[in-house]
Amino acid sequence: MLEIKGLEASIGDKQILRGIDLVVPQGEVHAIMGPNGSGKSTLSYVLSGRPGYEVTAGSATFDGKDLLEMEPEERAALGVFLAFQYPVELPGVGNANFLRTALNAQKRARGEPELDAPGFLKLARAEMKRLSMPDDMLKRNVNVGFSGGEKKRNEVLQMAILKPKLAILDETDSGLDIDALKIVADGVNSQRGPNFSAVVITHYQRLLEHIVPDRVHVLSAGRIIRSGGPELALELEANGYAGIVAEAA
Amino acid sequence: MSAALKSSALQASAQAFLQRFEGLRARLPGDVATRDAAASILRASGFPSARTEAWRYTSLRPLAEVEFNEPLTPIADCAELLARVPNLGAPKLVFVDGRFRDDLSDYPALAGVRVGGPSFGLQAKPERDALVALNTMLSEDGAEINVAKGVDAGTIVLISLGTAPQGRAVAFHPRHSVSLAKNAKLTLVEIAVGEGAYLHNPVMSVQVAAGAAITHLRIQNESSSAFVLSTLYADIAERGTYDSFTLALGGRLSRAEIHARLAGPDAIAHLNAAQLLGGSQHADFTTIVSHDAPNCASRQTVKTVLSGHSRGVFQGKIEVARAAQKTDGYQMNQALLLSPDAEMDSKPQLEIYADDVKCSHGATVGELDAEQLFYLRSRGVPVEQARMMLVRAFLNEALDPITHEAAREAMEAAIDLWWERQAA
Repeated sequence: MLEIKGLEASIGDKQILRGIDLVVPQGEVHAIMGPNGSGKSTLSYVLSGRPGYEVTAGSATFDGKDLLEMEPEERAALGVFLAFQYPVELPGVGNANFLRTALNAQKRARGEPELDAPGFLKLARAEMKRLSMPDDMLKRNVNVGFSGGEKKRNEVLQMAILKPKLAILDETDSGLDIDALKIVADGVNSQRGPNFSAVVITHYQRLLEHIVPDRVHVLSAGRIIRSGGPELALELEANGYAGIVAEAA
Repeated sequence: MSAALKSSALQASAQAFLQRFEGLRARLPGDVATRDAAASILRASGFPSARTEAWRYTSLRPLAEVEFNEPLTPIADCAELLARVPNLGAPKLVFVDGRFRDDLSDYPALAGVRVGGPSFGLQAKPERDALVALNTMLSEDGAEINVAKGVDAGTIVLISLGTAPQGRAVAFHPRHSVSLAKNAKLTLVEIAVGEGAYLHNPVMSVQVAAGAAITHLRIQNESSSAFVLSTLYADIAERGTYDSFTLALGGRLSRAEIHARLAGPDAIAHLNAAQLLGGSQHADFTTIVSHDAPNCASRQTVKTVLSGHSRGVFQGKIEVARAAQKTDGYQMNQALLLSPDAEMDSKPQLEIYADDVKCSHGATVGELDAEQLFYLRSRGVPVEQARMMLVRAFLNEALDPITHEAAREAMEAAIDLWWERQAA
């Protein structure tokens, strides 16, 4: 279970998060929607431990453990996964080597046996088939020369292989055509179950037609101003953010 | 101490070598006239100072801090040092402090290999270079490898062990010569390790005849107190290939200087290198590529990783003669600074006298990318391992052309050890 209480965070002198309260119970998928600049990406980065963000108040725990005290790699080993809005290119690092290194680093941190190369390839090929990714994507350098859709699929592939307990998807739908969007949504949906929860950050309702959330939260100016069921997303789609933001102000 | 005094200390060091030569002159093998000529060159020029353009970024002054002695023979036990040399499963020629050691070598029935006595081979223009003159003057030993017409000689490993016997710093100046006849092939792997303070000042000449191809891979993993000043002359005839990679990890002060001359049409030279430096190491990779014939190609990818207070230098000169039309020259020099106190100096130089050529060069200096580092860590890769992965990724572009698997593995292992030393 993810529990965020009164979370405030800044970049430099600029306060972005102004007191976030959010609980995502185990097994649930929550969507966070909001206008540009509301702090959606900042929330995902603070939860995953990206340097450069200062937490000034509040707490964030996952399964009772204090996330904010942990290094990014420790959070990953605990089961927290961030699907990046802009996946990073790693020239000179092969995708297969990257994925296997990450998986085994997590396994090592958890005291689990590591996977050898053939075992890993078997796992990776099976997941790639499900995501309709060509085999040669394993041989290429991480995200180098990938199209926008391929990069996002590569994020979902990483998620499928690393099998996190909590996935944070930061605008994974941006820049995807409808076919890629479906593939990505299927990838997330296939992870759903009692031991998987997700925070799906999105600007548009479109993704939520394919990944149906248990709860929807609206983030504005660094606070959650409204929460509701999946129908809230439809309301936002119909009326835009302006009404809700004005109401909360 | 003033600069002038420091400089005179360096010249006193040159004088000490000249005096040593006077004492040894009668006992040294080979043509004494050549040695005398070299001695007069060194006497006249002294060691190069920072005022010499080619030595602007690399100062030899630290040489003056050390008193160098003659190597002792035989060195009783080299087992510990030899154990550090990766076994490539190929014939090997072992030199200890510049002297050939038959008992440690293993080269069953290698046609065309002659060892012992300096092999001056190609006259290496000592008039231009004080260190080559020093080598010519004092060289005692060296390997001579001649591969006959059309023969593929496979892999030969040339090993240098540097020691400081009983704590005395020694200086040695091996002179090697490699010659490939028409259409011959050879992979020459050089591995140098050592312990303690010494000066290793090797000169090698490589002659590549028409259609011949040599792959020359070097692992310079010498003592962290050593001075390593190497000079190589490669002369490449038509359709010949000189394909080299130099990995420099060791030495207190090192310079690898390569003069490659593309002498016949359609010849190829690859002068790739990686320098991995830490502490207060100084390493210099200097290349002079002369395109003297049309349709030749030269490629240089040079990568330097610097931590601590280390300093790296790359000087790359491409000279294209008027006759060398359709020259294809490429030079890329990139440095990765892992510490704010490290420094890289880069000097590309193009001198082009032909009018139909394609020459490009580029240089970058940067740090590890914070976004890439976070991306790896967010996937669970611990920070030190993530840094290493990015360093390796940076080096891969230079390493990837190496197709000799055993040598590549040896290089990767040396890089891993280097990284562990930096992390410790």
